[in-house]
Amino acid sequence: MKEIVVISGKGGTGKTSITSCFAALAKNSVFADCDVDAADLHLILSPDIKEKNDFISGHLAEIDESKCTGCGKCFELCRFDAVKKVGDKFEIEESLCEGCGVCVHFCPEKAIDFPDRNCGKWFISDTRHGPMVHAKLGIGAENSGRLVSLVRKEAREIAVKRNSEYLIVDGPPGIGCPVIASLTGSDAVVAVTEPTISGKHDFERVAKLAAHFGISLFVIVNKWDINPEMTEEIEKVAKGGGAKVLGRIRYDKKVTEAQISGISVVETGDLNSEIVKEMISIWENLTEKMR
Amino acid sequence: MKIALPVTSDKVEDQMNRTFGRAPKFMIYETQTDAFEMVDNAQNLNAAQGAGTQSAQNVASSGAKAIICKNCGPNAYQVLTAAGIEIYIAESGTVKENIEKFKKGELKSSSSANVEGHWL
Amino acid sequence: MKLAVASGKGGTGKTTLSVAIAKTFDGPVQLLDCDVEEPNSHIFLKLENKIIEKVNVPVPVIDLEKCTHCGKCAEICEFNAIISFGGTTTMVFPDLCHSCGGCELVCPEGAITEKPEEIGELTKCNLGNIKFLEGKLKIGKAMSPPIIRAVKNAAEDELFTVIDSPPGTSCPMIAAVHDADYVLLVTEPTPFGLNDLILAVETVRDMKISFSVAINRFDVGDDRVEKYCEKEGIEISLKIPDSRKVAVAYSKGISLDEVMPEVKTDIRKFLKSIESSGRQS
Repeated sequence: MKEIVVISGKGGTGKTSITSCFAALAKNSVFADCDVDAADLHLILSPDIKEKNDFISGHLAEIDESKCTGCGKCFELCRFDAVKKVGDKFEIEESLCEGCGVCVHFCPEKAIDFPDRNCGKWFISDTRHGPMVHAKLGIGAENSGRLVSLVRKEAREIAVKRNSEYLIVDGPPGIGCPVIASLTGSDAVVAVTEPTISGKHDFERVAKLAAHFGISLFVIVNKWDINPEMTEEIEKVAKGGGAKVLGRIRYDKKVTEAQISGISVVETGDLNSEIVKEMISIWENLTEKMR
Repeated sequence: MKIALPVTSDKVEDQMNRTFGRAPKFMIYETQTDAFEMVDNAQNLNAAQGAGTQSAQNVASSGAKAIICKNCGPNAYQVLTAAGIEIYIAESGTVKENIEKFKKGELKSSSSANVEGHWL
Repeated sequence: MKLAVASGKGGTGKTTLSVAIAKTFDGPVQLLDCDVEEPNSHIFLKLENKIIEKVNVPVPVIDLEKCTHCGKCAEICEFNAIISFGGTTTMVFPDLCHSCGGCELVCPEGAITEKPEEIGELTKCNLGNIKFLEGKLKIGKAMSPPIIRAVKNAAEDELFTVIDSPPGTSCPMIAAVHDADYVLLVTEPTPFGLNDLILAVETVRDMKISFSVAINRFDVGDDRVEKYCEKEGIEISLKIPDSRKVAVAYSKGISLDEVMPEVKTDIRKFLKSIESSGRQS
């Protein structure tokens, strides 16, 4: 079983659109949506949820108004601006609370509770292409990467049990905790970028991140025809850094039209269209190079 | 000598836990007498991060001089090494099988972390 | 006044609009690039004479001469960044530290002090009437919010401020948006765009900040976003058409206001409409 993780650095390059094509083309595979902050893969894969679980992580400080004397010690000590004055007492701003417990520990009245924090939900579902594990992070919840790791772990277990050929992961944007959590221990990382200065800039940061963790990259330039010169520049930079170029995908409104219909562009049945051919060629190229 | 193993139950016939940092329990096995005691590690199942360091601390506090595990990340490795605990790698197997291998000197000791840090 | 430009989905045009708004604004304006994992607004501004400072967060240092290995620091640490065992060993893991200061406060021997740990950079630059500040996370470091806070702390309170926010609705976006007076949510008229917009709307409503929506590339896709805004009583402040010319210009680092000057009229109208906006009660 091989794990493919699709990331981008910059948001909006087409990660999810491409991942959904991989899902349609791969046989006997399992899928994971690790973009837990703004998950979209389910809009194409239409999961039938079989199992729902709470994601409990860390703690949240809660001031018991009846015990609070308004001394302001919590306000003085909180480094995250999470304590606010309300009248002559204090309250915790939940979305800013880091869960460090300092206020809880030092409140002279022991007026602050520290319950477990419900940070969201994760799901195991069936889809027309295979099982899928996905999640929904709660509003303002900490995005440490733990939920990403949990989704990957659950998906990996299903894939191993079913003797699946691939685990295909739709990764998060950026280079922070969630991305780091999605990369470690994978078999192939595919970076999707776009032929813009922003795309190149962000790709370079993603490439450095991958290098930092000793992971080699595959690269796809999406919407390449918007700027062919920039496409070549990015491919050159990628190759210079040891990445393998998988191919180019053109800008085509068919991708958005397919999205509106709730399918990936390779499922539109339009096998003669260039964009479909490009997607298929990239998938075949990737699986070939992974052998 | 006391050896720690990450486990899910207190039965030596059961498989070792696949991970170190998120193991529900540690079995602290005394190789001389074949007696063992259990250390609860459940607090780390929900830790947002740092399960490796915390679990390593639990193992270090147990008096174990060695640990048998499948994977050991960089932070856990640092703590275990500072505590003078030898790390032996076992790909799979039950507690009993791995203790036997250890007694026969069939397990390889690790000189560095063998997986990257992660959140699970 | 602080105007945050945010979105649920990445790639909808936050940076494009943040830059266009800052460049259209009449008078002194501040542009804060808080998308610290992948800051891009500098690409569209010809910046010179940049001042770059390191951004540090405090992490604990244990004076082993004073330390009695009592373990109180390890006990209070919620992030398992300090380990203590056997009454002999206490260790710090700076990468796991959230800089809450708890360990230093709790140490009975005064054995813990703090040292700065670099997590990124703050870039400052003035360009005409624009005061520019950008935060950039060091590659391999995991947490964005401390750098976002550093950008905010370096900003001036009196100037009209445009905040180019990170995508999503989790801690980085909250850190960038929570003190804004108004939020402009940028989206695209597609299923992904709508899905993520709904999450962003939920988040901004939870923060009780006034907001409206900008639909970018509004003529690609369908009308589901418009229908949603109508149903929810959300104002659509800006509608920018899809344009290959704009896409190509963007790819070359040319800002929206330069390639589509007519957008400045719409931006000015929008800025006027939010002049009196403050937080919802």
